[in-house]
Amino acid sequence: RVYPALRPMTTGIGSSTPNPVLKKRDDFEDVLEERRNSSDLRYALRCYTPALYKGLVPCKASMLKSIVLQSDSLQYVVGQSREAVQEEAALLLEEMAHRLQLGTIRFFAFTLSKAFKALFRGVCVNEEGIQRLQQAIQEHPVVLLPSHRSYMDFLMMSYILYTYDLALPVIAAGMDFISMKFVGEMLRMSGAFFIRRSFGGDKLYWAVFSEYVKTMLRNGYAPIEFFLEGTRSRTGKSLTPKTGLLNIVMEPFFKGEVFDVNLVPVSISYERILEESLYARELLGVPKPKESTSGLLKARRILSEDYGSMHVYFGHPVSIRSLAQGHISRSQHNLLPRHIPQKPTADTQAFVNDTAFRLVRLQEENMVLKPWVLLATLLLQNPDGMDLSTLTEQADWLRRLALAFGAFLDWPDHEPCSKVISSSLALHKNLVCVSGGRVRLVVEELPGAESATEEAGFNRAVSVLSCASYRNQILHLFVRPALIAVAMQTANCSRKDEVFNCFNFLRNVFSNEFILCPGAAVQDFEEACYLLGKCGAVQELQQDLVMSQSGQTTLAFLCSVLDPFLQGYQVVCRYLCEELEENLLENKFVPAVRSFTLQLILSGSLKCYEALSSDLQKNALAALIRLKAVRRVKAGDQVTLKVNKIAVNSLEDTLGKTNVQHINIYLYSSLLNNK
Amino acid sequence: MTARDLTTSHPPSRRRAPLTRALKRGSGMASDGHICERRRAAERRLRVISGHLHQRAQDGHAAVSAQECKAEASRANPAKAAPVPKRRHDIMKWNGWGYSDSRFLFNKKGQAEFTGKRYRLSGLILPSLKDWFEGTFGANLQHKSPATPALNVSAVPPPNLNESFVEELKAAGVALSQEPEDRVFRSHGHCLHEIFALREGRISRVPDLVVWPSCHNDVVKIVELACKHNVCLIPYGGGTSVSSALECPPEETRSIVSLDTSQMNRILWIDEKNLTAHVEAGIIGQDLERQLNESGYCTGHEPDSMEFSSLGGWVATRASGMKKNIYGNIEDLVVHIKMVTPRGVIEKSCQGPRMSTGPDIHHFIMGSEGTLGVVTEVTMKIRPVPEYQKYGSIVFPNFQQGVACLREVAKQRCAPASIRLMDNEQFQFGHALKPQVSSIFTSFLDGLKKFYITKFKGFDPHHLCVATLLFEGDREKVLQHEKQVYDIAAKFGGLAAGEDNGQRGYMLTFVIAYLRDLGMDYYVIGESFETSVPWDRVLDLCRNVKERIVRECKERGVQFPPLSTCRVTQTYDAGACVYFYFAFNYRGLSDPIHVYENVEHAAREEILANGGSLSHHHGVGKLRKEWMKEAVSTVGLGMLKSVKEYVDPSNIFGNRNLL
Repeated sequence: RVYPALRPMTTGIGSSTPNPVLKKRDDFEDVLEERRNSSDLRYALRCYTPALYKGLVPCKASMLKSIVLQSDSLQYVVGQSREAVQEEAALLLEEMAHRLQLGTIRFFAFTLSKAFKALFRGVCVNEEGIQRLQQAIQEHPVVLLPSHRSYMDFLMMSYILYTYDLALPVIAAGMDFISMKFVGEMLRMSGAFFIRRSFGGDKLYWAVFSEYVKTMLRNGYAPIEFFLEGTRSRTGKSLTPKTGLLNIVMEPFFKGEVFDVNLVPVSISYERILEESLYARELLGVPKPKESTSGLLKARRILSEDYGSMHVYFGHPVSIRSLAQGHISRSQHNLLPRHIPQKPTADTQAFVNDTAFRLVRLQEENMVLKPWVLLATLLLQNPDGMDLSTLTEQADWLRRLALAFGAFLDWPDHEPCSKVISSSLALHKNLVCVSGGRVRLVVEELPGAESATEEAGFNRAVSVLSCASYRNQILHLFVRPALIAVAMQTANCSRKDEVFNCFNFLRNVFSNEFILCPGAAVQDFEEACYLLGKCGAVQELQQDLVMSQSGQTTLAFLCSVLDPFLQGYQVVCRYLCEELEENLLENKFVPAVRSFTLQLILSGSLKCYEALSSDLQKNALAALIRLKAVRRVKAGDQVTLKVNKIAVNSLEDTLGKTNVQHINIYLYSSLLNNK
Repeated sequence: MTARDLTTSHPPSRRRAPLTRALKRGSGMASDGHICERRRAAERRLRVISGHLHQRAQDGHAAVSAQECKAEASRANPAKAAPVPKRRHDIMKWNGWGYSDSRFLFNKKGQAEFTGKRYRLSGLILPSLKDWFEGTFGANLQHKSPATPALNVSAVPPPNLNESFVEELKAAGVALSQEPEDRVFRSHGHCLHEIFALREGRISRVPDLVVWPSCHNDVVKIVELACKHNVCLIPYGGGTSVSSALECPPEETRSIVSLDTSQMNRILWIDEKNLTAHVEAGIIGQDLERQLNESGYCTGHEPDSMEFSSLGGWVATRASGMKKNIYGNIEDLVVHIKMVTPRGVIEKSCQGPRMSTGPDIHHFIMGSEGTLGVVTEVTMKIRPVPEYQKYGSIVFPNFQQGVACLREVAKQRCAPASIRLMDNEQFQFGHALKPQVSSIFTSFLDGLKKFYITKFKGFDPHHLCVATLLFEGDREKVLQHEKQVYDIAAKFGGLAAGEDNGQRGYMLTFVIAYLRDLGMDYYVIGESFETSVPWDRVLDLCRNVKERIVRECKERGVQFPPLSTCRVTQTYDAGACVYFYFAFNYRGLSDPIHVYENVEHAAREEILANGGSLSHHHGVGKLRKEWMKEAVSTVGLGMLKSVKEYVDPSNIFGNRNLL
């Protein structure tokens, strides 16, 4: 399969130029194809001889533990009180450590082959990426950084690496799995090591954990794999990266213990996510089912469904050394023994943070987008459904826009548009249906057929949020131009600096919502201007940024992309200003906003179901805290939110000025008239 | 070669006559017994020196000089009679390292040989050098890059003379020259770019005049006149600088005078009660040792450049000798220094062994790199020549184990006179310098050894590395010491690998500079540089710097992977000195020196980033000046500047090193 070859490299790591550079993407190969034609057993038992790191210090999994326990840095933290603490450290390590063994991998290779063949039409991997990875593994310690959308992710990673005869990774996993009888241990034996979700001030835990990871890295024991996003994204958007583990794997380079470390972003995209409606329910406050083996067995019915194909794209290895060049002075570690833990300096912290964002953007860029993502985007903008013909027409238009923005779109080249669309709709028949030439969301019907009840609203919200999780996959492509589009509507004039101020304000508000590298406002602005200019939507005239004649459609579309978020944030602000009498406990925030929102929806004054998403609500709160409109006050175990109503109110007003809905209706009619 | 070989090659009887005479002259106070003992010691000492410096079969030579000396005392010691000549280019290369008669070349059969008669390797065929050379660098004997054969005198800029200065100098009776050959010879050290330029016949700014003071008072006179007439003085000792310290600053508009100290080369007195010697600072290392040996003494200061480098140069750069474990570095050896500065003469009032009189003024002088004045006389510690000397070597399965062993040796403070650890690449390099084996038996033995180490002991020939050792002292103590060190080595998987390997390792340091000239004949350029680093960072620094070199070369378009190798050459309580060799084939590069300089710069950045020092003993010169502020802090640099400002406000000593 051949993909659109050219795309702008919008986040060239290390390159500070905002002008996107055109870059080729690799082709894919389906790893299941061979599985369908030859014996899985023979495959699971085949000879496995991966190329290893040239500086490998050979060592068994069990030896690793004693190296860690005897390391200077651990001894330093254990300190004088020796034995008891040493024992505790040993226990922590026992709880944490993996027991990677080939036998288990072979077991998984066999069973997963069966499962994957049942689930997926294909598992497509970019082979050139695999070749680059193979090279990288031999040269320097490698850190694999896959995106995280599903439990499948890390099983899939190990499966692919085994398939291509690459060194098997050790994987940082959340402790949730350990409670799964048998399965937890199986994962451990396939290379997972377990870390507690929070260990705040526990110095010993931190020391054991970081030394364990660093020892594996320094010795080149195995590629280290973890999820920058920290957890599975329930929304299909990338999550703001966590920097803890990234800090740990960079430290050996900063301290000169390794020459370099290769960071390899991996983008895993699913045509249909296994946890689809589970996520939507979770976002609406139905608690996530606890990981359990019986739960897993119950979930086996999913094996009978069609999840389309998935794509795994191994990005270019990113050398920490090249990234750090000119940003980090390694000699800052010259004057203190290296085993003594040091808080990273502000410079280092900023560098790590910046790198984390860049890597997540690299993940985003190489996510394969399916036609369905475009359809979901359009359907969400037309909540009452669309004529199939209109949908087809607009999908084709949106396809071209997405490609102009450099989307990595998997749109079959030689099939008619209508066929592509109908097969997409068919795959997602649980979310959409076509009846009488009209396409609309499937909403679970209630027996009583009362449409204004909470339950009906909830069911509709499940469908909308499921659908949104697909639309969200393409947001990274549109978010910057969309911020400009909204800014252009909001700004009082078309002066570029005025638009930029507006853009910057919005960007700031939404920086918990989307991946927007801190401090890169100017680059983002210029990048977005470039894209809008390239697709002919705006023109830059000296000091001014003006909409071109044909740009209306595009700008209107972009505005409505952001609309649910603008509305959602306004609802949160409104709640905090209008409804809240007293101070609010932080853990009561989400349920309170949810029921407030639901009331608005049921009363008919709010149409935006996405405002019900707890993810959006939490992000809005985080933004308000960051903007100092809300303060967190800790008292004992409880955290109270103190609201500065004036600040929140003015934020709501400003967001209200964007008035997207109004513009939206006006421009959309013009879009349809133009056609 | 073993110690016994040396003994047989120098019949003791032949040595006796001149030595006795020398000893009597040196000290009438010593008892006969002492003389006897010392004479024996001196003989051993001579053998030692000739052992690692000079040719093995010297019988003919030794016999001649022994006979001659009976008749003609002044000819007894050629070095004493003919120290460094004023016209250095008569015996030394003008565009390469060392003596004109000694050089490597590939003969018509394509075999490498070393010419001349001065060294152990002289006149020998080195059968494996060609393969190593071609294999390591991708070089080819068909592709030659020969040097300009002779100095083109017309390319030398005419001297910019300060006439009245010259007049007064002449009146004071100081020897001087404005011959182009003399001036060009003193316009450079031995940095790669300096030699490369000479080979291509490119001459940049050179001194306008060369002066040869013959004593301290001459220097006082010269400095006074220089101040009076505002000319720039650049002190010149052995000319072995590798820090661009001797380069004339191109922006200097005054007349530049090279002050060659080589004629100030006498040992003025030896004090046997305090074991000190007072020496003129122009004396070069090999002459100093040879002359002290005649009295049964040595300083034990043996930097790798000791054939040519001078005492004054050692002081001015904070030099280090390979046997510092016994004798100390230059700062430990020096008791008293006399230096002539534009402000006058600086020296201490007594020779107390240690003083608490504020910051030690010696430490303003040591490492001043010719920016403050001329060191004219130095009182140095001396030691009786050791009774016994023995080389040794240890093979380790890998470099990590070797470093761990050296660290343990340092911890137990039982380091031999010298202990050096070569990495695998350097071990192979050393192997390529093995002379042709004379008997089938030896080659059979070599094969057997190799089999034992690689097959029986399971050492990987691509990872194993070798430590070379030199023990000195009483015979019994040496043997005891040797056992102690080998026992430690065994704990780190080290195997004793014989004296021969050890000795060859040390020989390598003396011929490496000659080898560079050979490389330059075939498109290969290279250089060495050093650093010092805490123990816990040795391995990381070595790995990272070597890798950085390889990577930088690749990025800069070097076609063939470079030779990037290191060794640990000194051990201290708190760290070690590491020495890097780096060379590459420059075919296909338009500006090889620029590439080279970029790579060296990157390597130094890497050293500093990994906790290494700016320099262990080569000094800063102009080559590493840019990092001085980072190395000693802004305040530190300010301190040094204020000293310079006070001592030399008109920048008479204007070589612009260091600051």
